[in-house]
Amino acid sequence: MVDIDKANQEALSRLLSAQPVLVDMGLAKDVVPGMGERTLLHAGPPITWERMSGPMRGAVMAACLYEGWASTPEEAVELAASGEITFDPCHHHSAVGPMAGVTSPNMPVFVIENKDRGNRAYCSMNEGLGKVMRMGAYDDEVIERLKWMRYTLYPNLHAGVRRAYEVQGGIDIKNIIAQALHMGDEMHNRNKAGTSLFLRAIVPFMIEAAPNCRDLAEVVRFIDKNDHFFLNLAMAAAKASTEAAHDVEGSSLVTIMARNGTEMGIQVSGLGRRWFTCEAALPDVLLFPGFTKDDVNRDIGDSAIMETLGIGGFALAAAPAIVQFIGGTPADAAKYTLEMYEITLGENNVYSIPSLNFRGTPTGIDVLKVAETGITPVLDTGAAHKEPGRGQVGAGIVRMPSEAFIKAAEAFVERYAE
Amino acid sequence: MNQKLRSLLKEGPRAVNIGVEQFAQDLAAQGVKVVQMDWRPPQAGSDLLSKLRKLKRQ
Repeated sequence: MVDIDKANQEALSRLLSAQPVLVDMGLAKDVVPGMGERTLLHAGPPITWERMSGPMRGAVMAACLYEGWASTPEEAVELAASGEITFDPCHHHSAVGPMAGVTSPNMPVFVIENKDRGNRAYCSMNEGLGKVMRMGAYDDEVIERLKWMRYTLYPNLHAGVRRAYEVQGGIDIKNIIAQALHMGDEMHNRNKAGTSLFLRAIVPFMIEAAPNCRDLAEVVRFIDKNDHFFLNLAMAAAKASTEAAHDVEGSSLVTIMARNGTEMGIQVSGLGRRWFTCEAALPDVLLFPGFTKDDVNRDIGDSAIMETLGIGGFALAAAPAIVQFIGGTPADAAKYTLEMYEITLGENNVYSIPSLNFRGTPTGIDVLKVAETGITPVLDTGAAHKEPGRGQVGAGIVRMPSEAFIKAAEAFVERYAE
Repeated sequence: MNQKLRSLLKEGPRAVNIGVEQFAQDLAAQGVKVVQMDWRPPQAGSDLLSKLRKLKRQ
């Protein structure tokens, strides 16, 4: 007979003890476990080409063009539908990806190692805002940018990361997140402070290791212009932390929440690698000028890993300025954080919120509490256009649908009830 | 007379409304102090809720 409370304490402890550090970079085919030659990883639970939404399809097409598997978007569509490509969730490979999250063999990824338990997690680099692959865009400008990231951004960043590893063991991402939460970030839709702190940490090492200064200036300007650059690092850190808490017999801790633009799925620590899925939410968010509710695609992205860790939407009380982007008032933002304490197992021991007297963020979603209270996690996320190639249409609060949590609670009871 | 009871008789009730907002709006329209609680019934059925209660935990 399993002691659920003890199991949850163990799982939460593993999550809280995680020490995610940026130790390396590499091409996905060289460092991501199980990455095949014709594999494309994607956000969310498993999905076939036929069921993919517009932004996911657009991102797949961009990846095919980037890899040189197709010369035109039409050829890319034909290839994607042919069965020759293996589509698999990023999560099946200890990886995560924002929005469509498509990761191809020759895309560079960050390598984050959890120093506490040794497990690693991976995420590609953030392209910036506007028409980008992760939002489903696939035109020439997108492909050119991806290639610049591969052949200019990546070599410089990689050299800097390697140097940082040699000198001091890498870049401590947990420490940056903790500081950024005290500077107005919540690490999902607002990563301005995190990006700034990361740039401060990595630039000296990039300068020491750089092959030439002209490219380096371009690289620094690229990161500087993208307030979301740190998101991908924070996501990989969150993945390394939450994965450490998985597979604890008897634990009802949620270790994955992810969306693929069609469905959302969760995994629970004590229920193995089984996905519990339901239709993804339709975001009712603040729209950018020119867009309407009819333009919005269903919720998409592995960035829900931030809330799974206990930040992002759970740390909205730390980010009053976020309301300029997502609407509402700072008081509304704080209310969401307070509500999340009802469905979590504990409070974070490192990530704290100044305006709540430095209270730790609500951490460790308990699937049983979600089922009992009817309170589902809130995410603070971007929304994509439902047609491929159109980009982001808005940002705001999205409530996770309850069905996946109820299915998981039913499975938990079936397995662990006496 | 109890102080709280005196206060209740003098100032009238202060209500907490759980659920349908219309009730809170009706009270507010009549000058009653009311707080709207954001609540909805859990979607888990009574069968699952009963099983969850039986699980040994805090």
